[in-house]
Order: sequence, then structure tokens, then C-alpha cells
Amino acid sequence: MSGRRGESPRRGTAPSLFDGAGSAGAPAPARRDAAPGESADTAIGVADLTTLAKEVLEGAFPPLWIRGEVSGFLKHRNGHWYFTLKDASASISCVVWSRDTARIPAAPDDGMQVMAFGQLSVYPARGQMQFMVRAMEAEGEGLWRKALEETRKRLERDGLLDPARKRALPRFPRRVAVITSPDGAALHDIQSVITRRNPTVDIIIVPAAVQGETAPASLVAALNLVARWQAADVVIVGRGGGSREDLWAFNDEGVARAIAACPIPTISAVGHEVDVTIADLVADHRAATPSAAAEAAVPVLDELVAWLGTLGRTMRAGAERRVTLARRDLRRLAGDLSLRARRSVERRRARLQQVAGRVDALSPLNTLARGYAVARGTDGRALGSVEAFAAGQAFALVLRDGQVDATVTRVRPGGPPRAAGAAQ
Amino acid sequence: MSFEQDLERLEQIAAALDRADLTLDESLALFEEGIQRLRAASEALSKAEGRVTTLVEQANGAIEERDAG
Repeated sequence: MSGRRGESPRRGTAPSLFDGAGSAGAPAPARRDAAPGESADTAIGVADLTTLAKEVLEGAFPPLWIRGEVSGFLKHRNGHWYFTLKDASASISCVVWSRDTARIPAAPDDGMQVMAFGQLSVYPARGQMQFMVRAMEAEGEGLWRKALEETRKRLERDGLLDPARKRALPRFPRRVAVITSPDGAALHDIQSVITRRNPTVDIIIVPAAVQGETAPASLVAALNLVARWQAADVVIVGRGGGSREDLWAFNDEGVARAIAACPIPTISAVGHEVDVTIADLVADHRAATPSAAAEAAVPVLDELVAWLGTLGRTMRAGAERRVTLARRDLRRLAGDLSLRARRSVERRRARLQQVAGRVDALSPLNTLARGYAVARGTDGRALGSVEAFAAGQAFALVLRDGQVDATVTRVRPGGPPRAAGAAQ
Repeated sequence: MSFEQDLERLEQIAAALDRADLTLDESLALFEEGIQRLRAASEALSKAEGRVTTLVEQANGAIEERDAG
């Protein structure tokens, strides 16, 4: 094996520069003038060299994970990230192309221990070896935590995590919107729990991608649709359990803001035990699983019916009590009234007796009793003056104990007769 | 009037009647309203079965509910 070509179990296209006339594996025939780079006459350009090196390296190394400490991290204006990965004795330049940054939860910090997945290559412009990173994880899920923390801080700054923002769930929802994958286990769980608890509740499925790169936009669109529609009483947004990457859409800031902006009370239902997602923090209610979300959303029909019964009984009892009270008041009033009436009659009777006494005292009968007489004409009228008399007229004298019929012999006008003692 | 509102009003009415600090006229008016709402709420709960639909946005932005399985 010649030293020139022997060591390469490389894949990919064989660099044409080294393709001499001989077949692979066999030593190249000694055609000195045809071998590029073997003499000053056949010197190759720098670009050819770096391109060749790039192809060799990329062919020799499949994409792989490497481990190291981040240093000199730089987010370039063009959207690419640059940094160095190093350990005690070595370092390598790394780049994340802007289109790949979206797949990495957060930019790493200097000093962070990370695992980077990518392709070893050459940066021709500098003739430098470089590792092109397509995915990255940090020790202890540091990048996820960092991303989460950054999003959380931004939402907090905007007041979206304020507990006072959380709305109460409707106590008696009739229409439940469910934003999730139309063919996921979550939808099945939610549907069966709701139907079991209260089969009269309407379920409105709002399909959305719940994982992958399209998930955040899809969830936001579904939330906006529910918000515009406004006909649901409560909305559940979630999915079943999965890896952290699977659940990542529920940590998306845009999704969180769409949840916060939803005019209908929201329940987050991301199946996971370890951590809280950003969606959980923003939603009005957090459920640990889709089934738990359905339970939180929908009260049991039997309990609802029982509650209606209780309300009906309370109302009836209250109304009856009020009527009983009114009846009692009425009876008391009636009692009062008859008492007052009785008293009033008695009072009048007493007054009557008093008046009767006075009338009695003034009665002419009493005068008669004292010995006086009253003259009455034949027509029964009292004759109180001499002018009522004429000589020869018949009249009667009424006395205490009877009547005397008499005839006028003479009329003598003048004052009343003097008292006996005063005469003469 | 939604089911939720019916029930909330019912709860208010029941609480008011329970306090018994109303005039007889007020009590009877509330009771009558309560019975009507109780009937409406019971009817809502006794309807056969909730629907399962899928919410679909049309190209023109209109929102439509379609029957789902």
C-alpha cells in the first residue's frame, strides 16, 4: 500500500485528483508528470486543497456526537452561531447554521458542557477544520432549562404569569374545545372521560400538530381559531406524554402567548410528570394528563342533576317559609284587628252611656217627676206659650202620673208667675 | 341565556330565598323565575347526547363545525 492512498476507508466520491490510471487499492503507476501536487509543476491551488480536505473529512466522518465545553460563543448578525468546543488538551471550531438554530432549544453559554451532533468538515476560506452542529444538548438538560427560563422571564416581564390573570373554569360547561392531534391517544382519553362524566356535553375537536417543527405554528393557529369562534365554554390544549423534544412545542413562546390571549378559559394538558411546561404556567388551569384535563373541565352529570335538585328544594323551602311567615303575620294582624275593633266598640259604648246619662238628666220626664206639668194641644204638641192658647180651647195637662183634660177659661199674657214667696 | 348563567342565577335565587329577608311579593316572583330556570336547566341536561364535531376553518376564513367520529 502506498502511503498516499492506503489509509482511507473513506466513503463518498473519491477525489479525482488522486484518481490515477490504476484501479483502487493498487499502487499508482509511476507517471510523475500526471500526478497533481507531486512536483512544483503539478502544484494544485489552495482551494483545490481545502476542497479536497473537506471532501476527505466529510467522507471519513459520518455525522456524530461530540462532547466538550463551549467557549467564545458568538451569535452572528447573519443568524449563524460560532463557538469553540474544547476539553483539556484540544479544541475545535464549531458553527450552527441559522436554519439549524431553531432546532436547538437555546444558545449555550460559555463554560457549558454540551454534546453536539454534526458533521466534521473544513472551512475552506480559512483552511480550518470545523464542526457543523445540527443538534445540541447540554449536561443536565441545561439548554432546555435555559430556553425555558428565558421564555419564562419574557412572559413574566409581560405579566402573563401573574396568578391574578388565571380565570376560573366555567362550572357548568356545555361545549368543550379540544386542541390536540386528531389521532393521538390524548384525544381519545379526553373524549372518553368527558363522555363518561357527562354525555350531554359537546366536544369540539380542533386538530393541531403537537410535535415537530410545525407544531408551534399549528397550535397557535388552532388557539386563534377557537378564540375567533368563541362558542366554546372552555378549551383544553395538550397531548399525551413524550420525550422532552416531543413536548417542546408546549414550551414555545408563541404558543404560550396564544394561550394567554385566548378569551375562553384554558386548560393545559401535556402528559408529563417531570416538569411544568410554559403552556402550564400560562393556562388558567394545569392538568397533568389529558384525562385529568377532561375531569377538570367537565363536572359529572349525576352531580349536576343532584345539584339542580338541591337548588330546587332550597328554593321551595325558602318560598314556603316565606309564605308561612306571611300567613302568621296575617293571623296576628287579624287578631290585632278584632281586638282593636272590640276595644273601639267598648269605648263607644262607654261614651254612649255617658251621653245617655246626661240626656236622662235633661229629660222633661224628670221635670215631670219633680211635680211640673206640660200642656199639650189636641194634636199632641207641647203648648209652651200663652199664644198657643185661646179661650175655650181644649188641651191636656201631662203630669208625672197621668194626664188631665182641660179647657182654657182665660188667657193672661205676661211674664211667668213669680215664685210663691216673691209674690206681692 | 346559557346553561351556566341559568345555574348561576338559580343559585342566587336559592340563596336569596334561603335568607328569607324578602317581601312576600319578591319571594314569590323569585320563586317563579327560579322554577322556570330550573326547568330550562333540567331540559338541557336531559337532551339525548352531546355532539362531537371538528372545527374547520374555510379558505375564506369562515369557521365551520363538521361532524366527527
